[in-house]
Amino acid sequence: MSTPPPRQGTRPVAIVACAQSKSERRIEQANEVELLMPVVTEVYANAGMTKDDVDFICSGSTDYLIGGPFSFVTALDAVGVWPPKAESHVEMDGAWALYEAWVTLQEEGKDVALVYGFGKSSLGDLSRILALQLDPYTMAPMWPDQVSLAALQAQAMIDQGLATEEDFARIASRARHNALSNPNAQVANEKTMEELMKDDYAVAPLRRHTLPPLSDGAAAIILVAGDRAYDVVDRPAWITGIDHRVDAHAFGARNLAESRSTTKAAENAGVSAGPVDIAELHAPFAHQEILLRRAMGLNESTVINPSGGPLAANPLMAGGLIRFIEAANRIMDGSANRAVAHATSGPVLQQNLVAVLEGAS
Amino acid sequence: MNQRCAVIGVGQTHHKSKREDVSIAGLVREAAVAALEDAGLDFSDIDAVVVGKAPDMFEGIMMPELYLAGALGAVGKPMFRVHTAGSVGGSTAIVAAHLVANGIHKRVLTVAFEKQSDSDAMWALSVPQPFSAPLLAGAGGYFAPIIRSYINKSGAPNNVGMKVAVKDRLHALKNPYAHLHLPDIDLKMVEESVMLWDPLHYLESCPSSDGAAAMVLSSEDVAVAQEKTTGRPAAWIHGMAMRSEPTMFAGRNLMNPQAGRDCAKDVFAQAGITKPRQELDCAEVYVPFSWYEPMWLENLGFAEENEGWKLTDSGATSLDGGDIPWNCSGGVLSSNPIGASGMLRFLESALQVRNMAGDHQVPDAHKALGHAYGGGSQFFSMWVVGSDKPE
Repeated sequence: MSTPPPRQGTRPVAIVACAQSKSERRIEQANEVELLMPVVTEVYANAGMTKDDVDFICSGSTDYLIGGPFSFVTALDAVGVWPPKAESHVEMDGAWALYEAWVTLQEEGKDVALVYGFGKSSLGDLSRILALQLDPYTMAPMWPDQVSLAALQAQAMIDQGLATEEDFARIASRARHNALSNPNAQVANEKTMEELMKDDYAVAPLRRHTLPPLSDGAAAIILVAGDRAYDVVDRPAWITGIDHRVDAHAFGARNLAESRSTTKAAENAGVSAGPVDIAELHAPFAHQEILLRRAMGLNESTVINPSGGPLAANPLMAGGLIRFIEAANRIMDGSANRAVAHATSGPVLQQNLVAVLEGAS
Repeated sequence: MNQRCAVIGVGQTHHKSKREDVSIAGLVREAAVAALEDAGLDFSDIDAVVVGKAPDMFEGIMMPELYLAGALGAVGKPMFRVHTAGSVGGSTAIVAAHLVANGIHKRVLTVAFEKQSDSDAMWALSVPQPFSAPLLAGAGGYFAPIIRSYINKSGAPNNVGMKVAVKDRLHALKNPYAHLHLPDIDLKMVEESVMLWDPLHYLESCPSSDGAAAMVLSSEDVAVAQEKTTGRPAAWIHGMAMRSEPTMFAGRNLMNPQAGRDCAKDVFAQAGITKPRQELDCAEVYVPFSWYEPMWLENLGFAEENEGWKLTDSGATSLDGGDIPWNCSGGVLSSNPIGASGMLRFLESALQVRNMAGDHQVPDAHKALGHAYGGGSQFFSMWVVGSDKPE
């Protein structure tokens, strides 16, 4: 096996095992710990490991979903950090927890990391909650909801001649179709673009089908550094490039129809250094897929969101990590050689992470 | 660590109960600009920004780093947000240091803050959660019974906590950035302050502060170059570690948590330290309630079990003649911008080994410990810094 060399760091790190819950609109019978436990148990089983094999643990979540402080603290009970473990948490999507774990595994002697992300969007009103991400002095007091902000972005794209409403519907149609083969998806059906165009507007120009579902869900990944990855799986998904960037927060300070942070992260991750077989893009709104695709320079030969993507299942704080899982699974099963995983955070794609995953040749 | 990493610049705000003169962006920028000036660098020199703070509910802003991207010069760069409860300031420094030590970036700005006056931490800590024991009385209500158990177990005299409260406030008088400056502080004043959570008097508890802390961390080549440019020495990281354990389980030792002991063992092994009291010159340790000084003296291996209070009682941890001064800055008992409190411990340890701590400098300090803890005393982050490069 010839392990593909990483562009960043000095030590190759691979995804060797994944697990995710089925995304559902409302999981009432399980709290966060109960949602996570089967996922963590499954990812260990898939890796043939126990918690004793793990050198580092990192998770991503946000307190604002449960409406209380320290939601990650009780969630740790799903892992059972006893004896004590080296462990950390990011108030970001689980994809950034994966980034921190990837950095940690660059150190010799730290070989295995567990990463997880979880979120129950059903616990509150996400439109209200996400408004609290905005500038607390000038924007949040007006409570702009995320759908209205996304609509501003979609309209900017239409105004600049980058997309049409029919393009948005075509993406939604394909996402729902792809989701039919994804057992964890929440929205899966056969609807033509023409049928979807009959939907009402949620906020013009966004019709209902261009919005992501509200999802509860959790996801976990095990990373292994170096050749030990081949002990776990025949074809590890090597992270050959990874980078993340943030854009300005104020909407007036950026062109909403583009994503400079995505472009820069994709360049640093080396997206264009070879053909991309599949890309899992964390584009919660249909129009954002077009925007991200342009920002990364992905051409027509790349299959976008074969899982159905966030339009089919979108648990907050795990949605980005699930993109890594869907991309890695296709490397590990041999159906793709080179894949892109993308995660986003913040209002209208403010912050973006891009990674390239490759199988050994 | 794959390569050496140094602290080349530090900055902090003047901590106060209400910093009404600045927004949150203004607060963090004050610390960040000071750290960059100390390092002899500009925002444009920075490769990545790592932000830490305690629960978002403390200010009522979800992921406030997104809004702070501009103020921290992070636009177009990687920006990262750490949250590990009270230990977050320390964990954030470690996450930032890993980016340098593991060869990803050369110059990283790390910032931690809390603007407690924008909200009410007591309220934010007391939101009832299903199937969880309610705290109701904030952090002090949680820790007071553990402290009472420690007093019973160790046989410590009742006034040891009060001695810590006095000592740290005397130290704070030498630190212009400290929130509390109480020139008349003495045992009588502490004893006569109101009993908040038995056995903790009001003056044995940390204040609520607005404040921020920032550090510039760099690779060895950058550190050596900046030492020449600025004429100010770097502090070299000799070891860093994090450990976590669950909040509750049968048989858990709350007074002397295993995670703290493991974390100390790890960080001291990295730094080649076998006798911390003898080999370290000082320590900045997260002591938000007075009695946590004797408890952490034991947990960190500065004293045998049940003997920690004797160090405090004898004055060993005082800047005034003690052999192992703890919290020369005044510590968390004198300034508590929660998210930044851990980073201030790490920052102050770096200041000491750079010989730049001013009136609260320990003479000829070469090696110092920075420590933070959080949650139900279950999350620990620590580093050892030195004036010399590590082996």
